[in-house]
Amino acid sequence: MVFKTFLIKYGEIGIKGKNRYLFEEALVDQIRHALKRVDGNFWVRREQGRVYVDCQDEYDFDETVDALQKVFGIVGICPVVVTEDKGFDELAKTCVDYLREEYPEGNATFKVDARRARKNYPKTSMEINCDLGEKILDAFPEMRVDVHNPRIMLSVEIREKIYIYSKIIPGAGGMPVGTNGKAMLLLSGGIDSPVAGYMIAKRGVTIDAVYFHAPPYTSERAKQKVVDLAKIVSRYSGPMNLHVVNFTDIQLYIYEKCPHDELTIIMRRYMMRIAEHFANISGSLGLITGESIGQVASQTMQSLAATNDVCTMPVYRPLIGFDKQEIVDVSLKIDAYETSILPFEDCCTIFVAKHPVTKPNINVIRRSETKLEEKIDELVKTAIETAETIVIE
Amino acid sequence: MMEAYLDNSATTRCSKAVTDMVVRTMTEDYGNPSSRHLKGVQAEKYLKTAREEIAKTLKVSEKEIFFTSGGTESNNWALIGAAMANRRAGNHLITTAVEHAAVLQPMAFLEEMGFRVTYLPVDSKGCVRLEELKEVLSPETILVSMMYVNNEVGTVEPVEEAARMIHEKNPKTLLHVDAIQAYGKYRIYPKKMGIDMLSVSGHKIHGPKGTGFLYVNEKVKIKPLILGGGQQKGMRSGTDNVPGAAGLGVAAREAYTDFAAKTEHMQNLKERFLKGVSDMTDITVQGQAAENAAGAPHIVSISFRGVRSEVLLHALEDKGVYISSGSACSSNKKLPVSSVLKEIGVEKDLLESTVRFSFSSGTTSEEIDYCLAQLHEIVPVLRRYTRH
Repeated sequence: MVFKTFLIKYGEIGIKGKNRYLFEEALVDQIRHALKRVDGNFWVRREQGRVYVDCQDEYDFDETVDALQKVFGIVGICPVVVTEDKGFDELAKTCVDYLREEYPEGNATFKVDARRARKNYPKTSMEINCDLGEKILDAFPEMRVDVHNPRIMLSVEIREKIYIYSKIIPGAGGMPVGTNGKAMLLLSGGIDSPVAGYMIAKRGVTIDAVYFHAPPYTSERAKQKVVDLAKIVSRYSGPMNLHVVNFTDIQLYIYEKCPHDELTIIMRRYMMRIAEHFANISGSLGLITGESIGQVASQTMQSLAATNDVCTMPVYRPLIGFDKQEIVDVSLKIDAYETSILPFEDCCTIFVAKHPVTKPNINVIRRSETKLEEKIDELVKTAIETAETIVIE
Repeated sequence: MMEAYLDNSATTRCSKAVTDMVVRTMTEDYGNPSSRHLKGVQAEKYLKTAREEIAKTLKVSEKEIFFTSGGTESNNWALIGAAMANRRAGNHLITTAVEHAAVLQPMAFLEEMGFRVTYLPVDSKGCVRLEELKEVLSPETILVSMMYVNNEVGTVEPVEEAARMIHEKNPKTLLHVDAIQAYGKYRIYPKKMGIDMLSVSGHKIHGPKGTGFLYVNEKVKIKPLILGGGQQKGMRSGTDNVPGAAGLGVAAREAYTDFAAKTEHMQNLKERFLKGVSDMTDITVQGQAAENAAGAPHIVSISFRGVRSEVLLHALEDKGVYISSGSACSSNKKLPVSSVLKEIGVEKDLLESTVRFSFSSGTTSEEIDYCLAQLHEIVPVLRRYTRH
């Protein structure tokens, strides 16, 4: 069956009172953006508290559904048959044809759930339920009505036109991006940070990202990999700005001046400071990292505290209680995993000490950082000024 | 910024004459040689000319030249095709431990198919020891495959002596030579040297990528790997790649024009380069080049102790100098390190610190000097920051 329309079901945004309007707007925007990647001519419209996607010309069903499944805020995607009102008999015939095609095996329990938004329709909802049920039983003698737990819930909505559907394809859930402010993601080439970005975007947050590049220790391909990961996240989060910061000189300076076992922690503190700079100028309300307690030396409670020490903004760590496998599962789900595991060096691992401190003392770290006073401000300034911003769409 | 492309063993820039020929056979004389009409006949002439040009450089018959998609296909076909065609004569194959993957992988495949394969070890220069070859040759041996020039360290294998030894032992044993790094750098005459099959790639000699050929002596029995419409006497089906073959023909002709001057030029560059690095501390020149700049004229492999090859590569790239890391390096050890360097016994610390510089006849001494200046500047800096 060729469907020309999808009914978009949304969850949480339905309950947002007077803000509902804004949330629906954001949802429509995100749907439009997601469908830009799909060949075809789509029309997204809001009508009487509902969002519809009309497919004007030829389009690929699976591709379209796949794109819609990446839009946060959508709970379900229903392929709908839309028909003009040509009288009840015609409607019944359409319903029977629909069932025959969608459920060729026949033999199933069903229920008709009619809604009459257009009140001048000659039958009440109840009458439609009964009369349509009868016609269906006539057409499929092996089918049975089950009003409590039907396998097929046939929805018939009488509006300007009539909408018939029964299948609900699950959506991504969450809230439409653009409804909850913006945050700055620290994106590395690893498995965790894209997942962290995805999880925060799921709550309606717009994402920008910052990546620390360390040529010649990290290659152009490592950077390309991060751009690719940003693109993957942006399929869910919408367009983002990716700031690529050249971190080499800062890293080498820390290497020269500070104890090597503290290198990673001090480095991460400077990454946070620089990320916060970009967060401030972009109007972000927080930072996002992919940290998870105890995963590596720099993610012990002590290390997290030492890193957090330099931040004035909230740092969101959506993976904080996740095991690696749980993170990998999400990474696989959002199709980031294969890209994440490409073996390119990232800047966190180049000079990593054999035995980095796992329980850094914040005061000791602060004292070590004083050894950087001579040049570090200048280096940070240069890193910020020379950063390249890539627009990911 | 100055640019110095010193990765000519990876690929080379197409020459003007080659690209002109490719464009002409793509846009003007674009016919399919299998067509019966005039356009087809015209296109066929380009194939014939290219075959003749190539045959001339090897002093073989044009009937013995088959166009392929490149070095990898040539090697695959030579090994698998010949092993399959001669399996009743014996079950034993010999190759060396330092071959390119395009030989080692087909050999591994043939092992799976039930053949026995001997991998000859090499000395510290990467050279096969002939006495060991002599020992493993048996009446069961149907095929020996040996590279002419090693792609990583530039070592020249004793192909001619090996051929003599093999054919003395058993005139029916076939010798395949992977000459992908040697063609255009050496005069190679298969008939005189006793080479039965020879693989060549187009893009290593300023020809187009996706082109190459296999020389197959007319007496050699070989099965086709690619079956179909029966092009190239049924030995290699598929619509003839006329632009590729015609471009390759031009590249082959050019490679052997002013040949002596070109190889001398490359040898001079190599000597200039080796002299230029001789004042650097803690470096090791790998392969035959370490002594009197011997070995292939266009390849230099050097280990820089305490410097990771990939970092050096990227630091040079930043200065417009393009080289190749002799071994893939990665902190997480997901990438394998070069087996050639391991086979020649390079010490563990240097495996990930070895890079390759490779020249072409178009490389200039300015490029060499520029690269040398950058090396002198970068290497000491990189050595200051090492992983602990």
